[in-house]
Parts: sequence; C-alpha cells; structure tokens
Amino acid sequence: MYDNLWLIPFFPLLGFLINGLLGRKIKNEKVVGAIATLAVFASFVVSCMCFVRLLGDEVKTHENIIGSWISLGSLQVDWGFLLDPLSALMILNVTGLSTLIHLYSIGYMHGEDGYPRFFAYMNLFTFAMLMLVLGNNALVMFVGWEGVGLCSYLLIGYYYEKKSASDAGKKAFVVNRVGDFGFLLGLFLLFWSFGQNGVWTINFTEIAANAGALENGGIIVTLITLCFFLGATGKSAQIPLYTWLPDAMEGPTPVSALIHAATMVTAGVYMIARMNGLFAMSPDTMMVIAIVGAATAIFAATIGFAQNDIKRVLAYSTVSQLGFMFLAMGIGAFTAGIFHLLTHAFFKACLFLGSGSVIHGLHHAYHHAHLNHDPQDMRNMGGMRKKMPITFITFFLSTLAICGLPFFSAFFSKDEILWWAFASTRGHWLLWLVGTIAAGMTAFYMFRLVFMTFFGAQKTDPRAKDHIPESPFVMTFPLMVLAALATFGGLIGIPHVIGDLVGHIPNYLQQFLAPVFEHTQTFHGIEAHGAASAEFGTIGVSVGVGLVGIGLAWLFYCKYPEIPARFCARFTRLHRAVFNKWYVDELYDALIVNPTKRLGTGLWQIFDVCIVDGIVNGVARCIRGTGGLLRHTQTGFTHSYAMSMVVGVVVIIAICVFQ
Amino acid sequence: MIVSVYHYMVLSAILFSLGTIGVLTRRNAIVVFMCIELMLNAVNLTFIALSSYLGNMDGQIFVFFIMTVAAAEAAVGLALMITFYRNRESIDVEDFSLLKL
Amino acid sequence: MSEHILSLMTFFPLLGMLIILMLPGGKGGLLKCTTLVITLITFVISLPLALDPVFKTSGAMHYTEFAPWISVGDYFQMNYSVGIDGISLWLVLLTTFIMPITVLSTWQAVDKNVKGFMALMLLLETAMLGAFISLDLFLFYIFWELMLIPMYFMIGIWGGANRIYAAVKFFIYTAVGSLLMLVAIIYLYYYAVNTGGVVNGFSVTDFYNLNLHPELQKWLFLAFAFSFAIKVPMFPVHTWLPDAHTEAPTAGSVILAAVMLKMGTYGYLRFAMPLFPDALQQFLPWLAALSVIGIVYGALVAMMQKDVKKLVAYSSVSHLGFVMLGLFALNNIGVSGAILQMVNHGISTGALFLIVGFIYERRHTRLISEFGGLSKQMPVFAVIFMIVTLSSIGLPALNGFVGEFMILLGAFESELRWFAVVATTGVVLSAVYMLWMYQRVMFGKLDNPKNQNLKDLSVREICIMLPLLVFIFWIGVYPNTFLEKMEPAVNQALSQISGEARAQTYIPVCTDAEQQGKCPHTYGVDAQGDADLHL
Repeated sequence: MYDNLWLIPFFPLLGFLINGLLGRKIKNEKVVGAIATLAVFASFVVSCMCFVRLLGDEVKTHENIIGSWISLGSLQVDWGFLLDPLSALMILNVTGLSTLIHLYSIGYMHGEDGYPRFFAYMNLFTFAMLMLVLGNNALVMFVGWEGVGLCSYLLIGYYYEKKSASDAGKKAFVVNRVGDFGFLLGLFLLFWSFGQNGVWTINFTEIAANAGALENGGIIVTLITLCFFLGATGKSAQIPLYTWLPDAMEGPTPVSALIHAATMVTAGVYMIARMNGLFAMSPDTMMVIAIVGAATAIFAATIGFAQNDIKRVLAYSTVSQLGFMFLAMGIGAFTAGIFHLLTHAFFKACLFLGSGSVIHGLHHAYHHAHLNHDPQDMRNMGGMRKKMPITFITFFLSTLAICGLPFFSAFFSKDEILWWAFASTRGHWLLWLVGTIAAGMTAFYMFRLVFMTFFGAQKTDPRAKDHIPESPFVMTFPLMVLAALATFGGLIGIPHVIGDLVGHIPNYLQQFLAPVFEHTQTFHGIEAHGAASAEFGTIGVSVGVGLVGIGLAWLFYCKYPEIPARFCARFTRLHRAVFNKWYVDELYDALIVNPTKRLGTGLWQIFDVCIVDGIVNGVARCIRGTGGLLRHTQTGFTHSYAMSMVVGVVVIIAICVFQ
Repeated sequence: MIVSVYHYMVLSAILFSLGTIGVLTRRNAIVVFMCIELMLNAVNLTFIALSSYLGNMDGQIFVFFIMTVAAAEAAVGLALMITFYRNRESIDVEDFSLLKL
Repeated sequence: MSEHILSLMTFFPLLGMLIILMLPGGKGGLLKCTTLVITLITFVISLPLALDPVFKTSGAMHYTEFAPWISVGDYFQMNYSVGIDGISLWLVLLTTFIMPITVLSTWQAVDKNVKGFMALMLLLETAMLGAFISLDLFLFYIFWELMLIPMYFMIGIWGGANRIYAAVKFFIYTAVGSLLMLVAIIYLYYYAVNTGGVVNGFSVTDFYNLNLHPELQKWLFLAFAFSFAIKVPMFPVHTWLPDAHTEAPTAGSVILAAVMLKMGTYGYLRFAMPLFPDALQQFLPWLAALSVIGIVYGALVAMMQKDVKKLVAYSSVSHLGFVMLGLFALNNIGVSGAILQMVNHGISTGALFLIVGFIYERRHTRLISEFGGLSKQMPVFAVIFMIVTLSSIGLPALNGFVGEFMILLGAFESELRWFAVVATTGVVLSAVYMLWMYQRVMFGKLDNPKNQNLKDLSVREICIMLPLLVFIFWIGVYPNTFLEKMEPAVNQALSQISGEARAQTYIPVCTDAEQQGKCPHTYGVDAQGDADLHL
C-alpha cells in the first residue's frame, strides 16, 4: 500500500490533465464536474486505505521514492513521498474536504463561463496541496508550496475580466513570493549548516534525525527557523504578510472554502509541525511565532468587527484562527495546533460554503429581478433563515463550533491551545489573555454575521426577495457533512481532564500524533502542567468569554440594532480606521509598492537612459565631432592631394639629406 | 664630352621634376596622365643608367616590370577617363571632386 | 564519420548558405523550406552528441579534431582545433535545437529579401557553433567576430523603426570588447612563446597550464572579462541589449537571447576564469556584486517598461545575472546550475520572444497598453503564454526553478552568501514584473476594438512552441538528463580554476608588484626572467 502513495497526488493530476486539455471539447458540464470530483474522490479512497493501514502498523514512518529529481554532487533530491501520522491526517483532510467542495462546486459553478477551467484548476490545486503535505523533503514540499500559490493565483483571478480579481490574484502570488523568499533562504541555510556537519540533506526524516548536530538554541537554528517562519507567514496569512487573504475573496466561494480556509492557508502550520524538531530547538523563534500568532489572532478579529462583506468577515476570521494555530505552534502545543487546523478546516469550510450558498441564492434572485446589487453585502441580507433553512442550520452549527461552545469541535481544540498558552513551559499568561480575548471577539463578530444574515427583518430588495431559492442538494449535502464534522469532529481529541471525568476516554488524536511530536516535546521538556482545576478554570473562562461575545452581538444586532450606528457616529475615526483595515494596505503601498515603482522608473530613466547611454552616445558624438572637423581637410581636388604627397616626399627627403 | 652616369641622373631628375610639375599644375586629365608616364620613364632611365654603371641586371628587370605596370595603368586610366567623359563631358581634373564635403 | 561530427555539424549550415545563395531570390517559400531542412539536418547531425554516454564519466574534451591551419614559420601558428565537453555540449545542442524553431518563426514575419535573411541565419549558425566548439583561442576569436556580422545585418535591415541606431550600438559595444580581448589573446600567445612553454598554436588547454604572474593575470583577465561582460550583458554595460532586442526581428531576438548571450557566460567559464584563476579570485567580489546588481536592477527596470519586448530584454539582464552569480560561486552546484540556467534562459526567453512576435505579427505594436483581455480571444495562446511566464518566474517543477535554485544554493554555500541573499529577492521581483505584464496583456476586459478580431495561434505557431514546452517540463521534472552529463566537465573546469589541475607548482609569492624586484622567486616558469612581460 505504501508503495502506492504516489497515486494520491496522481489522480488529481490526471483529472487536471483531462479537464485541462479536453475540457473545452467536453461540452457537458456534468461530465467535467464528475471527472474532477471522482479524481479527487479516488485519491480520498487511497488516502483512507493508507490511513487505516497506518493505524494498525507498528512502524509509523514510510517513504515512497519515485525517482531522482536533482542529483549533483552533494545535492541529492528525490521525488519522494512521506507517510507518517501527520501527513496521513493531512491527506485525509485535504482529499476529503476537496471531494466535498468539488461536489459543491458542481452546483455552485453551474452555468459559469470556463467551467472546465475551474475544475482543472481545482484538481491542480489538490495535486499541489498533496505534494506539499506528502513531500518527503523540503524541495518537494516547495513544489507543492509554490504550486498551491499558483493555483490560488489562477483561481482568485478566475473572473479575469474583473480588474479587482486579477489584481487580487497577483497580490496573493507576489506576497506569497515574499514568504517564499524566506522559505528559500531557510532551505539554503539548512542545507549549508547541515553540510558543515557532513550531512548534505533536505530530507525531513534525516533533518529530524540529525537536528542534534546543530547547536541547540544557537543563532544558526534560530535564523533557519525564522526564515522558514517568514515563508509560513506568507502562505498562512500572518502579520506582516496577511494582506492578500482578504483580497483573495475575489475568487469563487468554493475556492475560498478549499484554498483560503481549509487547506492551503494551513500549509505554514503544517510546515512548522513537519519540522517541529528544528523549531523546538530555537526558543527565540518559538516565542516570535507565538507572539505573531497571538497578535494576528486579535488584530484580524478587530478588523472583522466592521466589515460588511460576508466573505471578508470570514476571511479575517480565517486570519485570526490561523493566528491561534501559530500561537499553538509557538508554545509547543503541536498536537493542539494540528487539532485546531483540522476542526477549523471543518467549520470554516462549512461557513464559507454556507456563505456561498447564500450568495448563490441572492445572486440568483438579483439575476431574476434584473438587479445589479452586491450579493455579498450583509446589509442587504437579513432573515435568510426562512429562505434557506438547511444552509442556516449548518451555518449556525459551524458558528457555534467556531465560538467554542461546549462539545462543539473548536471547544476542544481552541481550549487546548489556550490551556497550553497558560500552562506550557513555553507559554505565558499574556499569550493566554490575548488568545482568550480574541476568542471572545470571534464569538462577537461571528454572531454579528449570523444575526445580520439570517435573523431580523429581510432587507433584501423587495423585487428580489421572493426569488431566493434554497440551494440544490449537491450544495447542501457537503454543507450537512461538514456541519456534522464541525459539531462532532472535536471528539477525536478530548482532553484528559474531561475524558477522565466521563470515564477514561483517551485523547485519540494525541495518541495518533505522538510518534511525530512526543520526542521533540520530551527532549525539550515542553509540557503543559497544572492542576485539573486550573484547566477547568481556563475552559470556563473561554466559554464564558464566548458567551459574552454572543450576548453582546445579540444586544447590538438583534435587540437594539441602532446601537452600532450610534457607536459608529460617536467614534467616526476609529470606525473608519477599522473599516479600512487599519490602513495597512495603504501603508504598504506608500512604503513598499510605490517607492519600488519609482525606483524602477528612476533607474531606467536616469541611470540607463541618461548615464550609461549618455556616456555611450556621448563618446559616439565626440568621435563624430572630431571626424566632422577633420573632414574639412578633404577638399576633393586631386591636385591638392597630389600636392600634399609631393610636399610630404620633399620633407622626408629633406630630413634624410640634412639630418 | 663623355656622357657619364652623372648626366643620366641629372636628365632623369629634370624629367621627373617636369612630370611632377605637370601633374600638379595641368588640368587636362590626359596631360596629367602623360606627366605621370613621364615620371615613370624618368625613373626607368635612372634604373637603366645605374644598372649599366654598376653592372647589375636587377635594375633592368625592374624596368620591365614598370613598363608592364605602366601599360596596364594606361589601359585602366584611359578607360576611367572615357567613362568619366561620357558622364560629365569633361576631362578636367577640377571636376573630379566627388569626394569633397 | 563520427570523428568529424563536429566539423560536419558546424559547416553544414555554411554549405546550406551556399545552396541558398544559388536559389532564385523571389521564391520565399522555397528559401524558407530549404533553410528549415538544413537547420533540421544540422540538428539531427548534432543529436548523437547528446546521446553519447561518454560525457557522464569523463570531463575531458571529446570528438576533438585537429589540423594545422595558418603557420608562419615556427613562430606563428594557428590550428583548427575543436572539441566539446559536457559544458559546451548543451550549448551546442541548444543552438542546433533553437535554429529550426527560429526559422519556422520567420514564416510570415520576414517577407523582405528572404534570401539574404536565410543566408545570414545559416552563416550565424555556423559562427555560433564554431565558437562553442573552438579549442583554439584564435579560432574562437574568428567565430566570435563572425557572429557579429550576420546579427548586425539582421537588426539593421530587417529590424524595427530605430534599427540603425540599435545595430550600430550593438556592433560597437561588442567590437570594443572583443578588440580588447584580441589584444589579450595575442599577448598571451607571445607570452607563451617567450617563456618557452609548449606552444601548440593558440590552444586553450595549453594556455591553462601557463603560470602567469597575478599582476599580469589581472590585466589579461580584465580584457577578457570586459569583452564577455558586454556580451552577457552584465550591469552596467547592458544598455545595448534592450535596443538590440527591441529593434531586431523576432528570429533575431530569439537567437540573440537564446544563444548569443550565452557566448559571454560560456566565455567566462571556458576562457576568462580558468585562464586567470588568481585574477578571478581578486575580482570575484566585484564581479559577483555586479551580477547581483544586474539581477535586481534588471528586474526593477523591467517592471516599469511599457514595451513588452523591452521588458523581456531587461528580464534577460536579470536572468543572466543569476547565471553569472552561479559561475562565480565556483562550486559544482552553482556552476552546474548556471549552465542549466543558460539552457533554461535560452528556452524560456526564446519562447517569450516568440510569443511577443506572435502578438506583434497580429497587431504591429508591442506596447502593453495597447493590449488587455486577450485571454478571451486567444485561449490557447493564453495557456502557452502562462506556462512560459511561469517558467521564467521559476515555478518549481518547471525549468527555471531548477537552475535558479541550484545557482542560489551554490552561491549560498560559497563565499558569496550575502550576495545570494540579495539575489534571492530577484525571485520576488521576477514574479512582480512578469505577472503584472501578463495581467495587463491577457486579463481585464477586451476593450480595445483592434483586439476584437485577433486570431488564436495557428497550427504552425503551436508547433513552434511545443518543443519548447516539452523542454520546459522536462528540465523541470528531470534535470538529471542534463546534469549527469555536465557534472564531470564542471568538476574538471573547477579543478582548473582552483589550480589543482595545473602542471606547475604554484608559488604564491610576490603578489605585490613593488616587491617583485626583491623577490628571489619568479612566478611560474623560473627560466623566463622576462621583465618586460611583467606589467
């Protein structure tokens, strides 16, 4: 079975090739959609088989080398795949969600121009993402890493005739490239520093085995991990490179669900988990990661307060939740981070698809009524729960999950992160505080979204509001599956304190991932220790904070809907700053983008045209000028030439004779 | 009076100078051309005289060469002049000034 | 037969040129077909070289041919001496591979004086191949200069509006450099003769073994390096390139980018660096700095261009900066990466120029602002353009990435660590300028009425691009085909540069010119004592 690991990325690649090359010839939308979905489903089946096999296997790490990629002297890179508990979970997550979202897209993208193109890109994305999680060395991971970036670029710019869409795609790619700059430098440093010790490798298992060769906590390992972390901030939209993710919402909604919520953006978290041995060696880097994660969690949440575009709120929520995952990585709670990655994938995919369902319905209604309104603006929604009951229920369950209400999935994952932040040897009570506040804010803005969209009076244009249909079954089915996962998915990782309470339910996830993380944690003495009562305390606080957030949202957006308007009027400048995303994009434009453009123009117009070409043309002009002067001696009369010859001869003879 | 090599030298110097002056002063291309021939022949005379004086045949061989080249030159030169006359209806060297500014 | 394969390959196009000259000038189609067949046959002749496994194991010269050519007594001797190793192998194949493609690209682009154009193309092919296989410096110089002439006429006669300026600029720039090189070559020869070394013409392999004084090396190296730097082109002597590329016809641009620029980088690797290793060490930081400036500078300037072709030309400056950095890394990863990147650049940038040619043929403009939204009208073109763009950006699993990665890794492992860090920013910038250009040309609304009726690529045009696309993926996914054959040769060249392979013992004394008089040792061959040869 393990020798067939390559099949997992192969099926989506095959799907991509079929739809990419022949898609336009296949006139039937259903066939195109079915090919794409089946391709992903096939790799989901293979992934399940691998996962089950791995569960019952004693040996937890398996490599499958297909062949050599780059082989030159000390640089030996293979096209190879690695299956261990971590990547097994990830491939299940990626292929499973991808299958559901492909299915959903069949309904969502119905009638769109370039339908085969969409599915080809989605398959290519799945392929790249699988390369990323399955790669057995950093370079194959980088293939996936850039590949998902490319697909993200292509899919964000799917509506390429819209300038904002193609701009957003470009921005995503370029900002990711800034991160990749860090990734590459980290890779070079890693290869070089290991090479100093005689091990020329970028293979993950060999990195883990030889990490001890580097100085623990030394400058080299800190630099390596910081560079990799820069790569992670680009891909996973953390401060300072998060700005592309909200813009990425220009893409079709299934894309946002698959790429910008469930899979690609978690690649940075996965990468850190994959190299946990290396990261744990540098407490400084870990601290930076934890601080950046916590800061992003709370910063993005503030922006989420004031957005009116339903997808943008979810985008900032994603940034904020990714902050939680990084916080977990930074404090050494690797299992909790991966746990949150999984639960987040469930509920956030469900939320995005749910919002897509609403947008789809409104778009349909506006189209029917020949209106040109923005179907994503929450101010035009309200009362949708009656129009779209299934969408509402699934969306509501997922919202409860993200808010961390007891026994929903994020309750377990988020609370474990917060507990670790509080009690881990690498944690700090400040990190816990920031995380808890961010959790409360999450509850507030998510319920603000739910209340504005699904509750209250219907604010949709009266001409359109009677034409809002519930989405078809291909779209609601994935919603239901995801809502179920969002509700019950947390049960795979019940913390010990609660497990002991109800009768020794083990933390399955922790057991499963132990081969990947346990060594690092014991080696570096990373653990969360504290009394069970303290753990219950943190759980209680975060649930309480979540309830307060929900309550406030209810007060503001259900009970007294005039409060937010009054608040905005009172704090106009604050509101405008938050609404404009704290002017970070403008700041980047002013500090980086425009100076770079001016520098480019300046170098071209001044250095190239004036200085270098000026010198070149100046020399040419000098020579031409000298020639122009000397030309006057050429009269054109044979006589004068002959005369000068004679004079010359006479002079030479005279010199010879009279010397 | 014995005609010595000295007299030959003087004669050829006079002939050469006459030729040079002719080339520089006359305007008719044919005359200029004849003056060039005069200069060549002055040189030929020097060669012959010195050859006989020194008893070395090299000079006489050179003369044959010069005569051959002069004949070829005359052929080419006259051809040029005829072409030029056809174009310009003149063989005045003052008109041969296409190379000037 | 097989021992004369190099000569056959090199002079077959010259023979073809004679055939072309004998054909009637009015029949453009016949002339183009004949040229295509000739270049294809040349490619077929060169193929056995690529399949020969000998390059996997030996870094020495193979397929060598030797014949005395011009000799003036014992004193002056020039030989026809050719051969290839794993380094020149790929450049030779790149040349023979790209020529049929460029000929195909002229099908509709060239209709003025087709006979002359085709004859010049074939002459150019002979000159380029000759330069890559020459093992005699004098022979190399002849081919090097011979390349200049056809390209000069191709730009000057078949070029765009400002073609005369561009052609003259190209010619003068290159000629200035190559004359300096000529002086250095002659000096080197007389030095070799006077010091009593084994002189077998201008054989470069013999010159490798000369132990030149560092001070002397400095000047000779500068002459060679300057000449090659112009050809590469390195910052700041790159300004001929945008003009030449912009004005040249598509075929000329493709050849210029794909092959002729490689002449400069190849010259460094084959001549300038191994001949003068001490001087190289001395100038290494400066040259590396110029390469890195070239990378960033080319990218920044490319970003702001309004003309697609100029943008691609400036991107060449940036990419060639990477190649130079790889060479200066002086380790096998960097140098192999640089050679691979030479091939990659030939393929990707060649393809980009072809693409620019396609839209120029349709719209007769290259201004980015004239386009927009072409994706809608030309879907096949959009896909091919996207793949080539990504290859130029260096997306992993496409060719550009492998080369750039190896170069940067090699540079990082060497002493040029900080240069590599700066150079890596080029990875970000290349994404900016290429994607921005792609966006402005291909995305957005198709609102320019002149673009409404553009036709998608024809079968001929797709056939032109297909072989290039195959190599874009091949090199990206399995570069070992190329790497395994260049590795021994690269190691050989590196040992040459590091001095290990030199015959005489190295006596590193008296690097300071002032102390030279007091120094008991003379440098290198002891018996020389030729004070005037020491500059």
